[in-house]
Amino acid sequence: MNKKLINWLSWSLILILVVFIVMIFSLCIGSVKVPLSQIFNPSDEITSEILFKIRLPRIILGFAVGGALAISGVILQGLFRNPLVEPYTLGISGGAGVFVCLNIVLKIYQKFGVITFPISGFLGAGLVIILVYILSTKKGKLRIQGLLLTGVMISFISSSIIMLIMAMTKSENLHGIVFWIMGSLEEPNIFLVKITLLISILGLLISYIFCLDLNAFSCGEEEAHHLGIDVEKAKKLLFILASVLTGVCVSVAGIIGFVGLLVPHLMRIFTGEDHRILLLSSYLCGASFLIFSDTLARTIISPLELPVGVITGVIGGSLFIYVLTKRGR
Amino acid sequence: MLKIRNLVCGYDNFLLKDISFKVNSSELVGIIGPNGSGKTTLIRAITKLVRPKEGKIIYQGKDITKLSFKKLAKDIAVVSQDAYFPEMIKVKDFVLLGRIPHFKKFQFLETNKDLEIAEGVMKLTGVLEIKDRFLKETSGGERQLVLIAKALAQEPKLLLLDEPTVHLDITHKIKILDLIRRLNKKYGLTVLVVLHDLNLASQYCDRLILLKEGKIYKIGIPSEVLTYQIIEEVYQTVVIVKENPLNFRPYVFLVSEEETKRRKR
Repeated sequence: MNKKLINWLSWSLILILVVFIVMIFSLCIGSVKVPLSQIFNPSDEITSEILFKIRLPRIILGFAVGGALAISGVILQGLFRNPLVEPYTLGISGGAGVFVCLNIVLKIYQKFGVITFPISGFLGAGLVIILVYILSTKKGKLRIQGLLLTGVMISFISSSIIMLIMAMTKSENLHGIVFWIMGSLEEPNIFLVKITLLISILGLLISYIFCLDLNAFSCGEEEAHHLGIDVEKAKKLLFILASVLTGVCVSVAGIIGFVGLLVPHLMRIFTGEDHRILLLSSYLCGASFLIFSDTLARTIISPLELPVGVITGVIGGSLFIYVLTKRGR
Repeated sequence: MLKIRNLVCGYDNFLLKDISFKVNSSELVGIIGPNGSGKTTLIRAITKLVRPKEGKIIYQGKDITKLSFKKLAKDIAVVSQDAYFPEMIKVKDFVLLGRIPHFKKFQFLETNKDLEIAEGVMKLTGVLEIKDRFLKETSGGERQLVLIAKALAQEPKLLLLDEPTVHLDITHKIKILDLIRRLNKKYGLTVLVVLHDLNLASQYCDRLILLKEGKIYKIGIPSEVLTYQIIEEVYQTVVIVKENPLNFRPYVFLVSEEETKRRKR
């Protein structure tokens, strides 16, 4: 059989195993420690409640968000041929942030409940996606470099607006805003968790339709054109796919940085640049990384909880520097 | 094989006008002309990167605007000037990218046939020994050969090259043009190549198309196109043209402006 395929299959199996191990680890650990033997048939009501009502939804959300952020990172880095692009570079998180801040400041959530957080986040993200898309399209062509610049500028503008809101609001609102910005996987609404998981897995499947297009993009847009790829169509669909995935993640979990930047890089080193494996491996690695970070976030200073975005930033950043310096040698 | 009729195309600030010519099957045709005369735009028009405003480009009896990108890529391969080289990809994997147009719907992996073809073109272009190297570990000349190998992996019937020898040393220049001519003579590949170096164009091409300011100034065999009157008119430079004793084709000597002034005195 094909050597490449065997290599890819073994990587996939290893990473699936890693995801499982991290999931089980995350189920066991916490302010209440559950022994391994009790995971599948807990001895009492309370343990069962902790495992399946509190920890499992977080793990599933971590899986969905981590995976989705990682593949949007892969897609965007592939499109831009720029290793520093990540899902948030395009300003999607900024847009979501502004809307969530407005929601908190205007106390909309007090009228309609916490469900307004993901909704306002998604509205903000969607607005930015449409704005960036329109501003970067000229004569029906999506200009990739224009997209990057517009996205970065929108990021700046929205973070300034968030600062402004924070400076002018009462201190009771500040805590909510800061916590949302730093990201959290705590999501009481199980329906939202399921929807996120569905979209995330659907996103992975759809991204595989474009895996060869992404490979062709690695030598430039024109070269991809010469390889028979409908470049404009592929660019637009990939941009929409990556930004919708990011938008969903941001609106459910807030801004969890670094997953979409670090994971694709790591996987490029381990599994190679071929998008036929890179997409799946990044998805699995992103999922494990986020579940692991979240477990740390809720155990390090338990019973208090750290924002998971801080953990991914610290671990991710240090790992990133280590990998870059090692690779440079 | 390729017929262009009254083509007008280009951008806001530059237009190709009244371009008409024919490329026969198994011919090696060179496109020459000063910088900004429209050589690259012409190549881009043939590959549907620029839409014709008027006129038609007919490939094997069919209007290319009616052919899909994929269909076109199965027949026409391009070695362009500004390809991007992803550093961390191995030579063999890069060459395999050339098989993408031949992938069937829902095909995920390369077939054995794809691998054989890639191996074959790497052998032909002489990059088989470096197939396991990453692209960042290759030299400029090797990269050009790898790029040509990728184009050949598409199994094209028509190969378009945009200044394939620019920035290369004379060893690689000769190597690449010899390769192109061998592909042309031995395998009957039709080639349309943009060249800056008039002497290489003269030496290797069956026919030359000379462009000036977006129009065809002259088409013909090298000895018809490369006369000192035509070159001085198009390039605004004084030259001396002699016959190359090796192949009896024109050879262009450049004359410096100072020299010209001194002689006039």
